Amino acid sequence: MARSTPEIPNASMADIAFLLLTFFLMTTTVASDKGLLLFLPPPPEAQPPEDVEVQERNLFKIQINSSDKLLVEGDPWFSTNRELIDKIKIFILNNGQDPLSSDNPGKAIVSLKADRGTTHKMFIDVLDACQAAYHEIYAERAGVSVVQWREISSDPNASPEAREAYDKGRGINPDGSVEIPMALSIAEPTKVGG
Amino acid sequence: MSKFKKKVNTKQEIPTSSMPDVVFMLLFFFMVTTKMRETSINVEQKMPQATQLKKLVKKSLVSYLYIGTPKKIEEFGKEAKIQANDVFIETKNVIQWVNAEKSKQDEVDRDALTISLKVDVEAKRGLIADVETELRKANARKILYSANQKLDL
Repeated sequence: MARSTPEIPNASMADIAFLLLTFFLMTTTVASDKGLLLFLPPPPEAQPPEDVEVQERNLFKIQINSSDKLLVEGDPWFSTNRELIDKIKIFILNNGQDPLSSDNPGKAIVSLKADRGTTHKMFIDVLDACQAAYHEIYAERAGVSVVQWREISSDPNASPEAREAYDKGRGINPDGSVEIPMALSIAEPTKVGG
Repeated sequence: MSKFKKKVNTKQEIPTSSMPDVVFMLLFFFMVTTKMRETSINVEQKMPQATQLKKLVKKSLVSYLYIGTPKKIEEFGKEAKIQANDVFIETKNVIQWVNAEKSKQDEVDRDALTISLKVDVEAKRGLIADVETELRKANARKILYSANQKLDL
């Protein structure tokens, strides 16, 4: 008995598939979770307000006012970010040579103080420069490129090689502390305004 | 001479029979990789540019805070606001929000929660510093200032 086999017309299948494809193409957003990673200090109440003596020479002060102007170590700053990075690097790696600069990398602190009126753009710009200075020092010590270093440091436990490079870059003292900690202090913003 | 006779009947069409397969393959790829955005963002979002970007390894352990001027100025005013999930929240409610986000995670992961701050370039530092202080109190101290790759330099 000859029976005609029912068939779905498949000529339009490609069209339907294209339609769906276009829909997903347009709605897809590539998730970009990229940015400047930062660890905040513990809450202000948790630690007793002890006066930690930080010598003036171990502090690299960067201040930004409400009109996004920079004050680096007390002097107005008009140069590029590149020069700021180099200045921070020289400060961190001073090791007591210049009596006005830091004692050693472990004691050096980069202090970043903004005003409440500073824009986020400017703040990120300067924070970027501070992190760049540290990343370049670490990368050079570990013998990798800065891009590689950032990958390693976002997940140091990914592989034994990564861990090794991470420890080499930051340096571990005999007592277990980090030789060059990323000592970035972000102070409470001033309320000067104007 | 017939040896060098040109073939005139070569087919010049691209075979189209496999096209649906190719298209379906693409379709499945995009279906699998698509992640629908759950929240509509009601604040201006122009990301700052930076060079020292890092990627977040665990995407499931990230909560987002959007900070910027509201898109509907006539309704919400010109002051920068904080948006969490789908609503505007006040600075003092940040701790509450963090705790709610933490309770969504597994118990072991709670302290590894990263807060991604998507802050508009024009937002002022004062508000962000207030949010930071609240995050410190809520013990969510790993934060990420979202930024795009700077091309020059």
